[in-house]
Amino acid sequence: MSEPALGVSASPHVKGGDSTPTIMWSVVASLVPVVASAIYFFGPSAALLLAASCAGALATEMCFGQRGTRRLCDGSAAITGLLLGLTLPPGLPLWMAFLGGAFGIGFGKLVYGGLGQNVFNPALLGRAFLQAAFPVAITTWPVRAESWWSLRGDNFALPLMSPATQDAFSGATPLGLMKFEQTATSSWDLVLGTTAGSLGETSGLVILVCGLYLAVRRHLEWRIPASIFCTVALLAGGLHLLDAARYPGPVFTLFSGGLMLGAVYMATDMVTSPVTHRGCWIFGAGIGLLVIVIRLWGGLSEGVMYAILLMNALVPFINRATQPRVFGAIEAEGGS
Amino acid sequence: MRQTTPQQDLLRGLWRENPVLIQMLGLCPALAVTNNVENSLAMGLATFFVLCGSSLLVSLCKRWIPGEIRISVYILIIATFVTVADLCLAALLPDIHKALGAFIALIVVNCMILGRQEAFASRRPVGRALLDAVGTGAGFTLALVMLGGTREVLGSGSFLNVPLFGPSYEPWVVMILPPGGFLTLGVLLLGLAWWEERRRERVKAGGVPAGADMEPSPALGMSLSERASSRGDAA
Amino acid sequence: MSEERSGNIGDAQRRGLVGDEALPDEPAAEPAALGDEVSSLRMILTLGAAGALAGLLIVMVFNATLPAIEAHRAEAVRLAVTEVLQQPARYEALSVTEAGLVELPREDVQPANAVLVYVGFDEGGRATGVAVTAAEAGFQDIVGLIYGFDPQSGTLLGMKVLESKETPGLGDKIQKDARFVAQFAGARPPLEAVKRPKGEEGEIDSITGATISSRAVVRIINNSLERLRPRIEAHFQEVVR
Repeated sequence: MSEPALGVSASPHVKGGDSTPTIMWSVVASLVPVVASAIYFFGPSAALLLAASCAGALATEMCFGQRGTRRLCDGSAAITGLLLGLTLPPGLPLWMAFLGGAFGIGFGKLVYGGLGQNVFNPALLGRAFLQAAFPVAITTWPVRAESWWSLRGDNFALPLMSPATQDAFSGATPLGLMKFEQTATSSWDLVLGTTAGSLGETSGLVILVCGLYLAVRRHLEWRIPASIFCTVALLAGGLHLLDAARYPGPVFTLFSGGLMLGAVYMATDMVTSPVTHRGCWIFGAGIGLLVIVIRLWGGLSEGVMYAILLMNALVPFINRATQPRVFGAIEAEGGS
Repeated sequence: MRQTTPQQDLLRGLWRENPVLIQMLGLCPALAVTNNVENSLAMGLATFFVLCGSSLLVSLCKRWIPGEIRISVYILIIATFVTVADLCLAALLPDIHKALGAFIALIVVNCMILGRQEAFASRRPVGRALLDAVGTGAGFTLALVMLGGTREVLGSGSFLNVPLFGPSYEPWVVMILPPGGFLTLGVLLLGLAWWEERRRERVKAGGVPAGADMEPSPALGMSLSERASSRGDAA
Repeated sequence: MSEERSGNIGDAQRRGLVGDEALPDEPAAEPAALGDEVSSLRMILTLGAAGALAGLLIVMVFNATLPAIEAHRAEAVRLAVTEVLQQPARYEALSVTEAGLVELPREDVQPANAVLVYVGFDEGGRATGVAVTAAEAGFQDIVGLIYGFDPQSGTLLGMKVLESKETPGLGDKIQKDARFVAQFAGARPPLEAVKRPKGEEGEIDSITGATISSRAVVRIINNSLERLRPRIEAHFQEVVR
């Protein structure tokens, strides 16, 4: 307690332009192309779902968040809402999207004490809640609609009521096809995003470009997605070499499901990822490993969400284990 | 040392020192079997029966139980009543018995029951011990039914198997799974803490005193964080 | 969890968490002689007497409830067997052994290799089918089921899931989806779970979103039947009651 924690020298100081709101809003801005591609592929359903999940997140933040005028302006609730919306299937009823946003903010962030205090990524927690609460609705993937304007499912189901599901409407994601019917999807479809899937996760290319923009602006820790991609590519490649008929190749694994969206936007959430560089590599490698394990040997066809949430829980330990040695410090005798 | 009236003995366990919601004892069954009202009620009543029987017997026999082996004897008494409850439930309500499974037998290790024997029944006259057991058992049942009711309404769209929202209700499956128990209990405790804080603020603001005849219980008087820290001290 | 907490009760009392009664206001009622020497004999006698009384009570309740509990168990079996054998006139519990479908115990049969099945009979005493219980891993936990098989026509008569912890709303449809359950009556094993049935014999249309649970049911029946079918088919005609 004798020495101050921060050394402050005399002025003049160089002042950085970044604050929480500027970073948050630049992430929101970088999501615009992803949102646009979601709307391009899935029509009005995508716009409605994103609006509903954002509304759920913002309303909860407004009602129960810390008092003050700037609570909505920092953009973090908007990001949670948008990211959650991007992980939802296009035919989901709007009330479920709203509920997911509210749960994500309420139980993913506010109960821990607000922005910066949470352990788990709020958007993924909302998604996990919806997955556990409505397992059928959240795994119903509509096939391509006849016109851009038509809805991709029963978006307007009454609150608390189940959507009218028609079996003719339900298709399967590339991962589901691979796991349950051993059918591969062409790589080009995966990269461009012309497959069934959640709103924002289909077009890997758009997500990569947006991630690159954020990384260049230093608003995104590039080591985490890089580590995830490397681990997944190495493991998937190795297994594919062992048994090509059973295990899909690295391109399929990287571009199918929510891996791109998860690696670029979810795993890099500043609050719930490690602070050290070494920790980021470990964090990413853990996510990559868990994704492969869940996808190939688990009961579910997709495991990105649970992989990230599980690694979120380990972040405090990773941080502690990867403390860098302070420059000039001498290790204590028989250090603890 | 404070004298308590019979009314206090009866009502204390019901709400102000509710075993689940305030003392946070017996959480294992409170989380595990409360996925609908029927199971919660059965579990609550089985526990109620065991608690009343054990308290009565322990209070009756307290003079003949040597202090060194009192815990063993209490456990023996509790286990006997649990076995009786288990067998009766299997004979009368086999479906509910199957749904509750091992948790009926696990009433033995519900520390709320042993706690009441050690803290109350072994030191008080029979009548008071029985009043206390009735109040605590009813409080336990009440808390379980609150949990079970919330979970059944959301998770199955019904209350006591009576559908509430019609056939097209979309059940929140998570609420009848184990995570639903933790979520519901957490929300319930959050609500209670918030309500208690509001009440204390009103009292501080010079509004209505907190009920002339009802002094706030020591546990309720603490905020959740104070409770957590005092627990940490004890550990 | 409960055991862990019980250790803290003393602390809770000291803090007044458990209640104000922690401090006795009736010193006379304090449990006998905390601190005084109590002879071991007295302790043993007290514990022994308490144990004997407890045992006596439990035996009495056990005997009183036994008929009801056994009746419930038998009723559950009866319901399941009559359902999967399509209402036989009556049925009997027999064992599938190398010596055929027999009633155990018998000297020439190793009970270890026997499998208990229920054989249904029509009014004329002719065997109509065999109900077999089987259990294997499903999606969440072990799925236990009973199925009826008619060796003469080589088709199933019915299937009923007895025990499963599959996900409510998804996997538990193997139990609750009447359309899925009805497919098993008349299906010709070995079965195959498919997504889009082509109308071939032995196809079971699996439940959307519960592929693994559907496949588990099919696998359980196939495996169980593979083991028992030769013996059942060889000796089924002999069974007449």
